Amino acid sequence: MKLVSAARNIALAAGLALSLSACGINSVPTAEENAKAKWADVEAQFQRRANLIPNLVEVTQGAAENERAILTEVTEARARATSINVSADDLGDAGKMQEFAAAQGQLSQGLGRLLASFEAYPTIQSNQNYLALQSQLEGTENRIAVAIRDYNEAVRQYNTTIRTFPDIIGANIIHGADPLAPYEAATEGAEVAPDIDMTSN
Amino acid sequence: MLRSVLTLAAAFAALLAAPLAAQEFPALSGRVVDEANIIDDATEAKLTQKLEALEAQSQRQLVIATIPDLQGYDIAEYGYQLGREWGIGDAERNDGALLIVAPNERKVRIEVGYGLEGYLTDAYSALIIQNAILPRARDGDLEGGIVAGTDAIITQLALQEDQARQIAAEATQSRQRDSGFPVGLLVWGAIIFFFFILPMIRRGRRRRYRGKGRDFGDTVGDIILWEVGSAIVRGALSGGDDWGGGGGGFGGGFGGGFSGGGGSFGGGGASGGW
Repeated sequence: MKLVSAARNIALAAGLALSLSACGINSVPTAEENAKAKWADVEAQFQRRANLIPNLVEVTQGAAENERAILTEVTEARARATSINVSADDLGDAGKMQEFAAAQGQLSQGLGRLLASFEAYPTIQSNQNYLALQSQLEGTENRIAVAIRDYNEAVRQYNTTIRTFPDIIGANIIHGADPLAPYEAATEGAEVAPDIDMTSN
Repeated sequence: MLRSVLTLAAAFAALLAAPLAAQEFPALSGRVVDEANIIDDATEAKLTQKLEALEAQSQRQLVIATIPDLQGYDIAEYGYQLGREWGIGDAERNDGALLIVAPNERKVRIEVGYGLEGYLTDAYSALIIQNAILPRARDGDLEGGIVAGTDAIITQLALQEDQARQIAAEATQSRQRDSGFPVGLLVWGAIIFFFFILPMIRRGRRRRYRGKGRDFGDTVGDIILWEVGSAIVRGALSGGDDWGGGGGGFGGGFGGGFSGGGGSFGGGGASGGW
């Protein structure tokens, strides 16, 4: 008799587990961890870019006295961008995410202008170190774009998971899951075409 | 009335059209996918041979693709998506690379899988493009540029003899391990036997004495047994799938059936234009 009730308990527990797994007890954390992992990729690529900038400053120093202003601006933008971090626990904080995106966007802009201005310097253009560095920076920008895209896709999947039936049950009752914020790369004034200043600064 | 129906139909059509407008990629027809038709057949055969030799030696997959139309995408964006779509490289090592040439956009790109980013770096990819491919492309010898670029990439990706042997041995080993005895299945079987089948048999025996009909616990037990059974079958089937996928990555060496091994790309590599 004892055995029967034990078997029944096991059966009930197993049944409960099966029906719970259908309502998001597993799929919600899976999707969340996936998004967090993708965010780590994004941060790694931004860090890679930040690490390359001192080399750029090193290689171009002296060769481009006229670009000192932009160079300083880029260095400052780098300092600002690296001081803002969005940890995996803050991914739901849209404000913080925006702040982070704005700082990184500013750095992207400055870096783009700096690289464009170096086009005018044959001494820099013929420097093998500079060419290697330029391709590394390009590759990093490209990786950043890919990582952000993958992260946003993971966030979209996670946000869909926690808002659709049946996962929404587990998401609300067990996990108390909040939606995560996607990375929106729009920089300030990106919708306006820039005025091109042809005079040297 | 008719107008509103038409508007609705148009909206619906637009909804349907949206996924259709997503990127389309050429089929992975071999190691050299000459969609733009800029490589002649003899060169194509020679290139294919070299690429096969590279995979046989290092297990790394390199594919050459000429694309007639990038559909308005940047070649870097097109490139990594093409690599993911085709799944070039092994799924675990992600050791695939692509040489993409878009003759109409006058762009070229070396797309490097995650696992090769340390060997075929951005800077080195850029050097190959600048020194081997672009000068020839500017002179109108695009085919020569592709051959020279491919040779340079192969030189970089080919391994030292001892390393190559080690990687080949590891690949064979993992294939053998995959097809080995399924320990997981055995554990599952034991759990099911002791916790489900054995109690049921005992219960069944007892029931004979009491002469009672099926009760709730029996039904639930049956359902669970069914679920577990189907889970085992699923596991066994998908295990077989894994094995087949791993084999697919290496299957390219034999005859025309070339396929990617499921490798992924994260935007590594370099681009250039002429």
